[in-house]
Amino acid sequence: MAERRSAPGPLDYTRRLWLRAWLAATFLFLYAPIVILVVFSFNDSRRNIVWRGFTTEYYAKAIANDSLIEAFTNSLIVAFVSTLVSTVLGTLLALALWRFRFPGKPLVEGANALPIVIPEICMGVSLLVFFSSIGLMGGIPWPASLTPIVIGHIAFSFPFVAVVVRARLEGFDRSLEEASKDLGASEWQTLRHVMIPFLKPGIVAGALLAMTLSLDDFVITFFTSGPETITFPIKIYSMVRFGATPEVNAASTVLIVITLLLTVIAMRMQAPDRKGERR
Amino acid sequence: MDSWRSAPWVFWTFLLPGGLWLLLFFLVPLAMVWVLAFGERAGPVEIVVTWTLDNYRQALEPIYLGLFWKSFRIAALATAICLLVGFPVALAVSFAPARVKPVLLMLVILPFWTNLLIRTYSMIAVLRTKGYLNFGLEYLWTGAKAILAPLGLGDLLGERFVPLSLLYNNTAVVFGIVYVYLPFMVLPLYATLEKLDRSLIEASLDLGASQIRTFFAVIVPLAWPGIVSGIILVFIPALGTFLISDLLGGPDSQLIGNVIERQFKAANNIPLGAALSFLLLYMTFLALALRAWLAGRRTGRG
Repeated sequence: MAERRSAPGPLDYTRRLWLRAWLAATFLFLYAPIVILVVFSFNDSRRNIVWRGFTTEYYAKAIANDSLIEAFTNSLIVAFVSTLVSTVLGTLLALALWRFRFPGKPLVEGANALPIVIPEICMGVSLLVFFSSIGLMGGIPWPASLTPIVIGHIAFSFPFVAVVVRARLEGFDRSLEEASKDLGASEWQTLRHVMIPFLKPGIVAGALLAMTLSLDDFVITFFTSGPETITFPIKIYSMVRFGATPEVNAASTVLIVITLLLTVIAMRMQAPDRKGERR
Repeated sequence: MDSWRSAPWVFWTFLLPGGLWLLLFFLVPLAMVWVLAFGERAGPVEIVVTWTLDNYRQALEPIYLGLFWKSFRIAALATAICLLVGFPVALAVSFAPARVKPVLLMLVILPFWTNLLIRTYSMIAVLRTKGYLNFGLEYLWTGAKAILAPLGLGDLLGERFVPLSLLYNNTAVVFGIVYVYLPFMVLPLYATLEKLDRSLIEASLDLGASQIRTFFAVIVPLAWPGIVSGIILVFIPALGTFLISDLLGGPDSQLIGNVIERQFKAANNIPLGAALSFLLLYMTFLALALRAWLAGRRTGRG
């Protein structure tokens, strides 16, 4: 405590009062709306403006709302498939760009960076045009109707995975790979027993990012969902346009909780490796 | 690095899945939009590509140019606010003691894990006339009134509290963009401030420069790459936003994103929408080129 009371040193920016207040105000700004949203999902009032008492009625309503549950299931399926495929595609592409020299490499690198930087709406409309032209928008039975959304999500997620995995590859000692091959391991065995274990934290981080991007996305989903396909963001969007009700809050809260849980699980999976790396 | 010829099978196995995916589901769709921008509507759904420039001509009419300019202004204002708010935050996080730093960093990143739509929606309850910001202001107003009234100054504040119209206008859109994209600004700033050589700041302070002078003469130039990245990361999505302006904006808050969305959905004028999308894309490329130039200029000098 005595140490705390001493005057802040010149570089102790974090101990300056105004900076602390600034930090607190920013976090209040970032979190208060979400906290209010969660709290008011338990509010016993249709208009949901002032607090009228605790209820879980709107959760029951949300669960009983078949189209909401369907939308929810769809979004989770999309996120699951997109994460799986994005992780594989991104990791492979990162390995290709890291290991090989080939003509046209800058073009591939540029094409990989493009989905990360261009406005989402441009990508959204282009996917809409593409899928309409090949007749994939509407008129197909579930779950194939989710294909355009899944393809779109993979297209904007796996470049991020590639970037994350490639950053991890920069720290790889190639003599390990050579040693493995000198000892008679095949390409596949080297990949399986040398590269992938080393890359695991990067792959997990990339997968986590891909999952987050998929669950977080509204724009691409909005443009790639056909008229009969509802996913969670689309459903919430139409509910919000209809009016802000506690039911929307309840449904949003469930998605927030699911995303947070998945994040915590993914981070747990990542943690032991990180410690091993430091040693 | 190996030549691809050294192990062609491995090379193609690594490259093809991602490469083909990018080609088929990213570049081809984009090329289709590029081509459609030179098309004409020949029926309710058919579009004939005649290589006409009419769509671009129409997209460059004052009404759409005005929309581009407005989107640019709103995005620029929101980016500037993000930088002003985010810089002290990034500074505080990167200079925080090792014990609390991961926690603070986590607090900055956590909003990423909330759906964009949910975050935008949560703004409605804060900003509307009967929203929490107005409730807070009313509380302050009542308090100020109670203090001023005995002094005979109660009339200064008016008869009763008049709630501000904060939602469904351009201010709400700027507010929403800042709320959604602030973490995008803080993270690159943090990344550069974290790596910054602190002895340079100490040297500046030891040599007698004030904290403020040190900030502008040492910290800002050293953090320049992070500042440029942060600006780009906020500005580009802000420029093309349509959800935030759709949910939080009023009738006069239409941005270029809303107009593009309408051409592809309700209005069904795909050629015009395609031309507008590509103008937006060219603006993005311009911003990226500007970033490369700005970043190069600074590092070249330092």
